[in-house]
Amino acid sequence: MAGETILSVNDLRVRFRTLDGAVEAVKGINLHIDAGETVAVVGESGSGKSQTMMAAMSLLASNGEATGVVDYRGKNLLTLGKSELNKVRGVKISMIFQEPMTSLDPLYTIGNQLMEPIRRHRGLDAKAARVEALRLLELVKIPDPERRLKSYPHEMSGGQRQRVMIAMALANDPDILIADEPTTALDVTIQAQILMLLAELQRKLGMAIVFITHDLGIVRRFADRVYVMRSGEVVEEGKADELFANPQHDYTKMLLAAEPTGRKAAPPDNAPILLEGRNVEVEFKIGGGFLAGPPMLLKAVDHISVMLKRNQTIGIVGESGSGKSTLGRALLRLLPSEGSIRFGGQDLSKADKSTMRPLRRELQLVFQDPFGSLSPRMTVGQIITEGLLVHEPSLSGKQRDARAVEALLEVGLDPAARNRYPHEFSGGQRQRIAIARAMILKPKVVVLDEPTSALDRSVQKQIVELLRKLQADHDLSYLFISHDLAVVRAMSDYIIVMKQGKIVEEGPTEEIFGDPREAYTKTLMAAAIDETKFRQSA
Amino acid sequence: MFVYVIRRLLTAIPTLFVIVTMAFFLIRIAPGGPFNQERGLSPEIKANLEAQFGLGDPLWLQYVNYLKNLLHGNFGPSYNLPDFTVTELFAKGLPISIQLGFSALALALFVGGILGIVAALNQNKLGDYSVIALATAGSTIPTFVIAPVIQLLFGLTWKLLPIGGWGDGALINKIGPILTLSLPQIAIVARLMRGSMIESLRSNHIRTARALGLSDWSVVVKHALRGAVLPIVSYAGPAAAALLTGSIIVETIFAIPGVGRYFVDAALNRDYTLVMGTVVVIALFTIAFNLIVDILYAFFDPRVRYD
Amino acid sequence: MTDTAIAAPVVGRSLWADAWARLKANKAAMFSLFYLIAMSVVCIVGPYFVPHQYTTIYADYVRTPPSLSSYPKPEMIETAMNDAVRRMRVDVKEWRQEGERVFITVTSAKPLDERNIRYLDRSDTFDNAKLDSTSADGLTAVMSASIKQQYFLFGTDNTGRDLLSRTLMAGRISLAIGLLAGVVAVVIGVVYGATAGFMGGKTDEVMMRIVDVLYSLPFIFFVIMLVVFFGRNFVLMFLAVGAVLWLDMARIVRGQALSIRRQEYVQAAEALGVRSRGIVLRHVIPNLLGPVVIYMTLLVPQVIILESFLSFLGLGVQEPMTSWGVLISAGAKNIGTANWLLLFPAFFLVSTLFALNFIGDGLRDALDPKDR
Repeated sequence: MAGETILSVNDLRVRFRTLDGAVEAVKGINLHIDAGETVAVVGESGSGKSQTMMAAMSLLASNGEATGVVDYRGKNLLTLGKSELNKVRGVKISMIFQEPMTSLDPLYTIGNQLMEPIRRHRGLDAKAARVEALRLLELVKIPDPERRLKSYPHEMSGGQRQRVMIAMALANDPDILIADEPTTALDVTIQAQILMLLAELQRKLGMAIVFITHDLGIVRRFADRVYVMRSGEVVEEGKADELFANPQHDYTKMLLAAEPTGRKAAPPDNAPILLEGRNVEVEFKIGGGFLAGPPMLLKAVDHISVMLKRNQTIGIVGESGSGKSTLGRALLRLLPSEGSIRFGGQDLSKADKSTMRPLRRELQLVFQDPFGSLSPRMTVGQIITEGLLVHEPSLSGKQRDARAVEALLEVGLDPAARNRYPHEFSGGQRQRIAIARAMILKPKVVVLDEPTSALDRSVQKQIVELLRKLQADHDLSYLFISHDLAVVRAMSDYIIVMKQGKIVEEGPTEEIFGDPREAYTKTLMAAAIDETKFRQSA
Repeated sequence: MFVYVIRRLLTAIPTLFVIVTMAFFLIRIAPGGPFNQERGLSPEIKANLEAQFGLGDPLWLQYVNYLKNLLHGNFGPSYNLPDFTVTELFAKGLPISIQLGFSALALALFVGGILGIVAALNQNKLGDYSVIALATAGSTIPTFVIAPVIQLLFGLTWKLLPIGGWGDGALINKIGPILTLSLPQIAIVARLMRGSMIESLRSNHIRTARALGLSDWSVVVKHALRGAVLPIVSYAGPAAAALLTGSIIVETIFAIPGVGRYFVDAALNRDYTLVMGTVVVIALFTIAFNLIVDILYAFFDPRVRYD
Repeated sequence: MTDTAIAAPVVGRSLWADAWARLKANKAAMFSLFYLIAMSVVCIVGPYFVPHQYTTIYADYVRTPPSLSSYPKPEMIETAMNDAVRRMRVDVKEWRQEGERVFITVTSAKPLDERNIRYLDRSDTFDNAKLDSTSADGLTAVMSASIKQQYFLFGTDNTGRDLLSRTLMAGRISLAIGLLAGVVAVVIGVVYGATAGFMGGKTDEVMMRIVDVLYSLPFIFFVIMLVVFFGRNFVLMFLAVGAVLWLDMARIVRGQALSIRRQEYVQAAEALGVRSRGIVLRHVIPNLLGPVVIYMTLLVPQVIILESFLSFLGLGVQEPMTSWGVLISAGAKNIGTANWLLLFPAFFLVSTLFALNFIGDGLRDALDPKDR
């Protein structure tokens, strides 16, 4: 399928001037794209994979500078004049981005934005461009394209906007489509649709696709060839199946092994029930107020019952807006809710703040974003021991410090770090700090709200392993909230699938994954199943 | 949209009412009165005048009467300039203040806008630094320094402009006041424009436009500028209200017969009706321009919906 | 866990330390900081070193232009002498200057009174007047006086007061008022805004509605009403001005408090069971300090401008007490005849405002580096 080489990158270097001096993001890499093939550039955050392609398209931020050669059919794109460059950009090579919500101009209609590149590069008049725009919307399977031409981006969903982006990128029949993490910001089911669409369009139109991604699942399913990047260098390249079967470089091996594996055994049937929610309901008011009429009521959690036993991990799965995080917070009584909630035989439904306070140490929460959940002005030691001030006020400063050391060691951090500040740590280290803050209180139940979603795969695996070890050591019960099926499968023994505030399906992990009954669960699984299968084999 | 405008106009009425009430009682509980300043008026004349203007009535009755008159568009007579009604004073002075204020605002939006765009497109280069320096100077130096310095340089040293006076609205008499009024505004607009333009240029949809190979003109003007104008629009509303109702500094220094001077003079002389008139005019301008801003906003940004 | 595992904790760099390092690297801000300190020191101690009182009127030196050399200038000696002699109601027969002293021979129709020499001493130009000799008939006398060497580096004003000492005194007042009213505004604004932001809900809505109403009253109306109420007592008045300027601060603090409350680290603290007090002390206040500090540096120049503005209108500081606004107002009225009266105070005011501005910008960059 692959033809002649149409794009070749030689000794590309990208530097950024920053307040702390120059930073080299890409350190002299070579790669090439052949006509019609699918190439994946894989790496974790900070590997320079995106900046490589940004440099090739002359889209670097104003403090960035690229040297080397990016050769497209004999022209060096790095030295091309603006007008010459614009005969390649958006025409021969086009690009779609990770952020479908913000990548379209919010002030113009879809039609206007779609027709602009067509008119500019093909010189069509408005009428012809409109016909062409319609054809493109149909091509990317947007329902009701006539009407959509007049819509503004904010009136469309993320998946639809990404389709519009693809339509714009394909407007001038390019040789190469660069897709920079095109599905990362989307829900799983939408991800699958967008990827299928890209594959189908490639069959139809024959352009080469460059996937910039951290997701090995995409690489495995779609790529012919792979470049693995780490800290600005290509560490390994090769045919996709060969590379997966026989990785050479340690980093590639580590990446491939970075998928969370293993299964969690269910607790014995007679294990005591720790936390129980019956018919839990949470409503949010939207809008309303002075002169704006009565507020709209949104049922974020709609009659949900959960039973969490000792040493059990319940995975709560769902797409964004399904109410899974709200459920987790409601069960901890951090949000007002209807229905009954019991913890260790005590009814919490009516418990107020001061009744809840002594119970807080047993019911802990770990957040998704390790950057937002640590107070930036406190030292790590202060952050970890804050709970002790509340629950063990008799401890002396020295004793608290000793407990902090203990907790840091337990989560695998150097206790010498306790006088440092959160911004001095990486994402994974910060998440460990957040876990230490929960663990120092020796809780019984921990709600883990997407604790690994903001982290790179290799770090995810470490955090999953840490959480497992802590569970085994302390007989913990977890409520594991995530949209990532692979991680959920590795962590939980029971799964609840949620959609729009309701439970769609629930059951033991292997049953749900092995034999999903509901249609929604099936799509969810189908979207992720290839990855998961691949993970099992890897 | 229409319904929204109507609703906004209706909510403006209580706001206006609160402002009028607060201003009325504030000025009335202030010590002193219109006729017991250093006038040397005999007690009889004073009593006479006070009776004539109904100042002897209970305060609440005066308040009710004032509101009644106001509803009929009658601001009452000026106590200190007894030959004029407040309406006449405004009819004379307001056009002058509006002329100067509007010219200054237009100049500021135009020059400031262009400077801001130039700075944003040349971020961290010489052009940018010059605009920043100018903007810093413009927003730091107070008008009561700018105005005499303009007089000193253009009026006395180079003899290009008259030192002051309205000169029946001759263009040359307006240059100094307009310059003084607009310099700080130019600085603020340039700064705002630079900031919002830089942010706009950094946004993801600009990256998309560049990736599609659109021309610089389209990227900068069609996509970046339209989004960047929004903060300027919301700034221009209150600024217009303040500028069009006159500036005491400029009118005092350049001896311009606008309405900006009335406020301070009237408040100090307890010219109750004139103070109230000024408050009402300023409040009306403020409310009107805030409404205009909101309507313009909806025009510039399709995400804003009023219903 | 062994004892060796508990390494001595490494001291981290707090955000404050980072900000300070960034501020130190900002040349404009550091220079401005030193300039502002120098300006404050000069204004505070300067008046003790200037040989003139800011209230002293030198009748001989009305509207004297600034000069680095001393006064009187040679041509001024005769004028001053003639003035003094005229007050004695005698005539000058001849006079000569020998070094630092003048020798005057005067004649009179009536016998000369010895006390007449006090007129020479009273003149701002001479002192140490002596009656050297009197003729036998008492109608002619030789008197001598030394010429008083005086420096008026900034010149003098309309009534003959030294502008340098007045400018420095004015600086004291303007800076003190800026600080005073600034602190008042910050305190009120922070307390009000933090309360509204923290209480949330209905309380917040009502409190912010009040702020909105106050905003819609013309600002100058407020200030004038305060002048009217408090008279021209400037300390009281500027406490009141501070009390007017708190509105912006209240809005900023409320917005920040609301956004901090929504931060995950506050939710995390709530999940730990931390009481409201702990959340305010450990989470809200430390994170609020940055914006407050930045806004305060913006507020002080605002207050100084406001003070100058009011003084310019004659509503603020009253003569003979002075402030930069008072001086600039006088200068603006005399630009035709004595432009230094405008230029010196204007330079002091504007350069101080610039310095405050650069410090504010520097602090913002240092505390909030994202927003370059």
